[in-house]
Amino acid sequence: MASSSTSKYNSNSLENSSSKQNLKDGTNWEQNEEIPRLPGETRVTDKDVIYMCPFNGPVKGRVYITNYRLYLRSVENDPVVILNVPLGVISRIEKMGGASSRGENSYGLDITCKDMRNLRFALKQEGHSRRDIFEVLTKYAFPQSHSLPFFAFVNEEKFPENGWMVYNPMSEYRRQGLPNERWRVTFINEHYGLCDTYPSLLVVPYNATDDDLKKVAAFRSRNRIPVLSWIHPETQAVIMRCSQPLVGMSGKRNKDDERYLDIIREANGQISKLTIYDARPNVNAVANKATGGGYESEDAYPNAELSFLDIHNIHVMRESLKKLKDIVYPNVEESHWLSSLESTHWLEHIKLVLTGAIQVADKVSSGRSSVLVHCSDGWDRTAQLTSLAMLMLDSYYRTIEGFEVLVQKEWISFGHKFASRIGHGDKNHADTDRSPIFLQFIDCVWQMSKQFPTAFEFNEQFLITILDHLYSCRFGTFLYNSEFLREKEKVTDRTLSLWSLINSDKSKYTNAFYSKELNRALYPVASMRHLELWVNYYIRWNPRIRQQPNPVEQRYLELLALRDDYIRRLEELQITNNSKISNSSASSTSPSQMVSQVQTHF
Amino acid sequence: EPIEKEVNPHLLPGELLLCEASTVYKYVQEDGSNRGTYGKLVCTNFKISFLDDDSASDDNEPQFKNKIVGENDITLQCVDQIYGVYDEKKKLLTGQLRKYPEKLIIYCKDLRVFNFCLRYTKEEEVKRIVSGIVHHSQTPKLLKRLFLFSYASAAPNNTDGRNQTVMFETLEDWRDELERTKGNVKYKAVTTNEGYRSLEQIPCTEEFTYFSHLMNIFLQIWCWSCHNGAALLKMSTFPKEQDDSTSQMQKAFLDGIYKTISKPPYELLKMDDLSSSLPSLQDIQTAYTRFKQLFLIDNSTDFWATDVKWFSLLESTNWLEIIRRVLKKAIEVAECLEIQHTNVLLIEESATDLCCVISSLVQVMMDSYSRTKSGFQSLIQKEWVIGGHSFLDRCNHLHKSEKEEAPVFLLLLNCVWQLVQQYPPAFEFTETYLTVLSDSLYVPIFSTFFFNSQHQRDTNKVRVWYFVDAVGPFRFLTVWDWCVQFDPKALAFLNNPLYAEKPKPDRSQRKTARFKHQRQLSLPLTQAKPSTKRGFFREETDHLIKNILGKRIGKFINSSDEPPNSLREFYDSWHSKPVDYHGLLLPRIDGPEIKVWAQRYLRWIPEAQLHGGGTIATAAKILDLMEEVQSLQVKMDEEHSQAVSGDAHSVPMLRNSARLSSLFPFALLQRQSVKPALPTSTWKDLEDEDDLVKRDDEFVDLSGDML
Repeated sequence: MASSSTSKYNSNSLENSSSKQNLKDGTNWEQNEEIPRLPGETRVTDKDVIYMCPFNGPVKGRVYITNYRLYLRSVENDPVVILNVPLGVISRIEKMGGASSRGENSYGLDITCKDMRNLRFALKQEGHSRRDIFEVLTKYAFPQSHSLPFFAFVNEEKFPENGWMVYNPMSEYRRQGLPNERWRVTFINEHYGLCDTYPSLLVVPYNATDDDLKKVAAFRSRNRIPVLSWIHPETQAVIMRCSQPLVGMSGKRNKDDERYLDIIREANGQISKLTIYDARPNVNAVANKATGGGYESEDAYPNAELSFLDIHNIHVMRESLKKLKDIVYPNVEESHWLSSLESTHWLEHIKLVLTGAIQVADKVSSGRSSVLVHCSDGWDRTAQLTSLAMLMLDSYYRTIEGFEVLVQKEWISFGHKFASRIGHGDKNHADTDRSPIFLQFIDCVWQMSKQFPTAFEFNEQFLITILDHLYSCRFGTFLYNSEFLREKEKVTDRTLSLWSLINSDKSKYTNAFYSKELNRALYPVASMRHLELWVNYYIRWNPRIRQQPNPVEQRYLELLALRDDYIRRLEELQITNNSKISNSSASSTSPSQMVSQVQTHF
Repeated sequence: EPIEKEVNPHLLPGELLLCEASTVYKYVQEDGSNRGTYGKLVCTNFKISFLDDDSASDDNEPQFKNKIVGENDITLQCVDQIYGVYDEKKKLLTGQLRKYPEKLIIYCKDLRVFNFCLRYTKEEEVKRIVSGIVHHSQTPKLLKRLFLFSYASAAPNNTDGRNQTVMFETLEDWRDELERTKGNVKYKAVTTNEGYRSLEQIPCTEEFTYFSHLMNIFLQIWCWSCHNGAALLKMSTFPKEQDDSTSQMQKAFLDGIYKTISKPPYELLKMDDLSSSLPSLQDIQTAYTRFKQLFLIDNSTDFWATDVKWFSLLESTNWLEIIRRVLKKAIEVAECLEIQHTNVLLIEESATDLCCVISSLVQVMMDSYSRTKSGFQSLIQKEWVIGGHSFLDRCNHLHKSEKEEAPVFLLLLNCVWQLVQQYPPAFEFTETYLTVLSDSLYVPIFSTFFFNSQHQRDTNKVRVWYFVDAVGPFRFLTVWDWCVQFDPKALAFLNNPLYAEKPKPDRSQRKTARFKHQRQLSLPLTQAKPSTKRGFFREETDHLIKNILGKRIGKFINSSDEPPNSLREFYDSWHSKPVDYHGLLLPRIDGPEIKVWAQRYLRWIPEAQLHGGGTIATAAKILDLMEEVQSLQVKMDEEHSQAVSGDAHSVPMLRNSARLSSLFPFALLQRQSVKPALPTSTWKDLEDEDDLVKRDDEFVDLSGDML
C-alpha cells in the first residue's frame, strides 16, 4: 500500500503508537519514532503544514520527508489523519500563491501523484518553510534529475523470499516444452548485440539460423525480430511477437523476413495461414509508412492473413486516463455519471485491448494457427496482447508465481519501457513518453478476475500492490527500460524484487475462492455490459466510495475455518473414542455443547 | 401418409386450448443463423406455448425449472409486444389483422424474445393462431376472464399451511405488527365497517385510526414504527375542491386524522409529498420502457451494435437515475426517523404507489425482519397487497388503459436488488428470489398481483362464488406459496447461503439493545465535532482558498463551504463504520454504485454469458463447502453417539461449478462451443482527439535506419 488517508471516523490505526507496530506495507515501526521507516530510509526534514484534505476539509499536521516517503500526521488525535506517500508516486510539484497574497497560510503546494490523486498543503510564510519543503521534495521525488540514486538502491530491507529467483527464462521455456524439434533457444542476443531492447535468451524456429535472424533484424523496427512468446501444448500453434516491418513509402520487401515468417507458419505442422495481428488502427499503420514503418502486405506475404485490432496509441491512453481522473477525483461526478464515464473512453480502450487478446487466444487455441503480434515497436500494445492472450490460454499464469513470471517475461524482459512510460524519478512530468499502458494491462487482468472470480490465485490486493510499487521505486523490479540497462545497473544485485515482498506474505495476496484448473481457456466477455470501472483502485482515496471488505469472501473464510475445526475435532474424537472402546468407559459431552450448529439454509 | 407424432400441451386445471398451429419453426435466438426446431404453437386461456416436436428427446432436465411456466411457455399477461415480419419489415401487431406475417416475434415482460417462423404452416392455421394470440394477449379483457378465476374454481384447494407470511388480512395481524414494532404505544388497529358498507360509519377521529375502510378504499395510515418510537405513516392527499358530498366527507375525515397526528403525542411530524419530490409515474413508465428495450435483443449484431454506446444508452433511459433518487429519498426518511426522531408522513395522491415504494424500502433498510424471506413477503402484503397498490392497472393486465401502466412494484424490486448486491449477508433471500418474484407478476394463478385492491378481490371472490358449482369455500392461491411454482431443489436457489442469521434471541436482544444505545449516543457527537472544527479552520484558510487558489482549490474542498448537511453527515458517518447486517442498512448511491440488475435483464442473452464465471461461481463454491461442513457435522454427531460410522455417509454433492454459466439458473441456451463472444462492431471515432489519434507512439524516423 502506498498510503492511506484515514477517514475521520476510522481513526484507530495509530491510536496506540507507543508500541511497535507492523504496518500494512510491511514497514517496521520502532518505538520512540514519530514515523514508520524502512531499513535504509533516512529522515530529511519535517514541517508544520495544513493538509487540504479534499474530503474532510483542512487538517493541521506535521509533514515528515524522508528519502523514500512523505508522511503526514494530523495534530489532532481524534480523528487522526495520516498520509503515507512514497515519493516515487509524485509526478509534479507546484507552488501556488505566494508573497502577493495576504495571510499567514497563503503559501500553497500542490502535488500531483501518478496514482490518481493530488495532495495540497498550505504553509506559513515565515522561515521559508515552503521553499525548503519544495526543494527537498523535488530533490528526493526526482532523484534522476538530481544525480541521486533511486531509493531501491539504498533500501536495506530483508525478506525470506528472493523475488529475483522467480523468473528464469530457461525454466519457463522448459515448462512450455521448449526447446523441441521445431523451436530452438538462441543466445545470439547474449550481449544484446542483435537487439538492445530484447532479452538475451530468445526462442526461434529451429529452421532459422542465427544468420537469418540478423538479416530479419535489419527489416524490423529497432531490430525486434519475431520471437516466440508461447506455444500451445496441443495444437503447437505459437504466439510470436515483434515490431513493425520497415516497409516505408516505397513498399520495400525483404526476402529474409518473408521466408522467416513462412518458417514460423510451417513450424506448427499445420498448413493453415499465419495470422498477423497488427494492434494499431489501420490508418495509423498506413501512416507509419511515412516514417519508414508499415505492415505486411498481401503481395509480400501471401501465406499470411493480416488484421488490425484498432488499439490506439500511448497518447490517446494517457489523455483517456487524465479524463478519468477528472471525473473521479476528488469528487465522483454526481450527475450523468455514466455518460461522463463513457466520454473518458477508458473502458472502451479496455474493451478493445481485451477483444484483441481474445482474438489472438482464440486463433491459437481453436483456429490452430500460429499468430504474429506487433504494433509499431512491439513493446506496448504488443505486450498487452501477448500477455493477456497467454493469461487466457495458460492457467499457470493465473497463479501468483505464474503471473509474476508473465510480467517478468512479457513486460520486463521484452523491454516495455517502464522508465519512460512511468517516468521514474524524473521531473519532466509533461514528457509525452509517459503513458498508463501497464496500468491498462492490470485493469484488463482485474476485469478478467472480476468475471471469473474463481480462476485466479491472486486477489485484487495483489494487483493494487503491483501498481503501487510500479511507482514507488522501493524495488528494482520496474526500473529502467530494458534488460540490457538493468544488467548494466546490476539491478538484481543492488536492489530487491517486488516479488520478494509479495512471496514472503503470500496469504495476503491469495484469492480464497481460487479453484485450480489446468489448461482451461478463459475468455472474458469484452462487452460494456460486463466491463466495470475498477472502483477500488481508481476511486480508492474517496472515503465515501471505500469498499467494505468483501462479505462473501469473509463468510467463505469463516466456513473454511469451521470446516478445519470440525476435521480437527473429528480426529480428536476418533482417537478418544478408540481409546474409550478399549477402556470401555463412556461419558461423552453432547455434541451441541461442543460446537454450535452451523446456521445455514438450503 | 406419415403419422404426425401427437404432442399435447400440458394444461393446468381450468386451462382450455383455444387455437393451435403445427409446423411452426422456432429460431434459436443464439445467432443470426436460422437454426431452430419445428413444433406446434398453441394458445390457451392461460398461455402461449411452443411444443417442440422432439421434446421427448429432452433428457437433460434443467436444475431450475418453473412447474407452471415452462421455458417455451409465455403466459398471456407476460406478453409485452408482438411483432409480425412482412418482407423483412417488422410491424407491431395489435388489433385486427388484414395480412398475416411470415414471422412472429414475441417480446415478453420477463425479457425473453421468441422468434417463430410461420412460412411452413398452413394458411388457415396461421390466421387462427396469429389472431388468437393477438386477441387473447393484446386486447382489453374483463377481470373475470382472467385465468385466475377459472383456475381457482377448477383447482383443488391445496394451500400450504406452512406459509409463514403474515397476510395482514385480519385485525390480529395488524395488532401483532404493532406489537412487534412497539408501535402500539401510540397507534392502534381498529376496524369500523367490516362489510365495506357505507359512509355512515366513518370512525370518530378523536382516536387515531390507521385502519379503516372508507368508500371502498382500504385506508392504512400507520406503516411502521422505529425502535425510538418515531413512526412512518402514509396518507393520500386531501381531495381537491369538489362539491359532492362524498369527497367532502373524505376531506373531513382526512383533515381529522391529520389534525390528530399533528398534535401531541405525535407532535414531531415531517410531511413529504412524494408526488412532488420524486419522479412521476409517467416518468417512471417512460424510463422503464426505454430501459427494457435495451435488453430485448434480436440477435448478436444488435447486441454488439448497442454495446458501443452502452453507458450513454443506459443513462438516456433515466432508469438508474430514478432508482438512485428513490434510494436517496429512502435514506432521507430513514434519517428523519433514526436521527431526528421525527414521524414521517408520506403523501401521494392515492398513497398506493410511491408511498409503497418508499415505505417498503425504509423498512427493508431499518428493520432486519424485512430482510428475511417471510418478513419481506409480509412487508409486500402489508404495504402493497393490503395497502392497495393497483397491480391490475399498473401492470395493465387487462389491457384497459396504457395511461395507468407504470412499473412501480418493479421499481421497488430494482431498489431492493441494489441493497441485496451491496450487502449480500444481510438478506435471507437471493437475487434469484427477486427475479422469480418479478416474473410472478405475470402468472395469473395467484391472486397476489391481480387485483387493484383487497376490496376488489373480496367482492370478485364473492361474485365468482355464484358462478361456480363448487361446494365449500375456495381460496385464491398466494404467490408466497413457492411450492406451487418450484420443487424443493429449485427452491434452494431462493435462499441465500451467505445470510448471516441473527444469533440466538437471548444473546441478540442484549446485543442489539447495546448497539442501539451506542448508536444514539455516538451520532450527535459526530455531528457536532466536524462543524466546530470547520469553523475554526475556515478562518485560517479562507483567504488562501478565496484569494489565491480560487476555483481550483475550491473544487477540492467545496464541502466546507456548504451549510452543514445532516443527511450527508448521516450517510458518511454510517458508511465509515463496519456494517451490522442486522441493523440499519443504507444503500450506497454514488454513480458507480448503482448497477444494472444483470440477472434479471441479461439472463436470456447468450452473448452476455460467462462460462464458469460470474457470481454463481463463488456461490457454487460456498454451497459446496457448506455441504462439506454439514456432512462433517453429521459425522461428529455420529461419533458422539458412538454410532457405527461408515464412510458411505454423505459425500458432498459435487456441483460442476466450473462449467456453470453466469446466467445460471436461467441458462436457457447452452452454447455449443466455448468459442469466445467477439464484438462485431467496436470501432468508434474519437472525434475530439483527432490530432492525438493520428500520432505514433514515439516519433522516430525509421527510414534512416535502412541505410
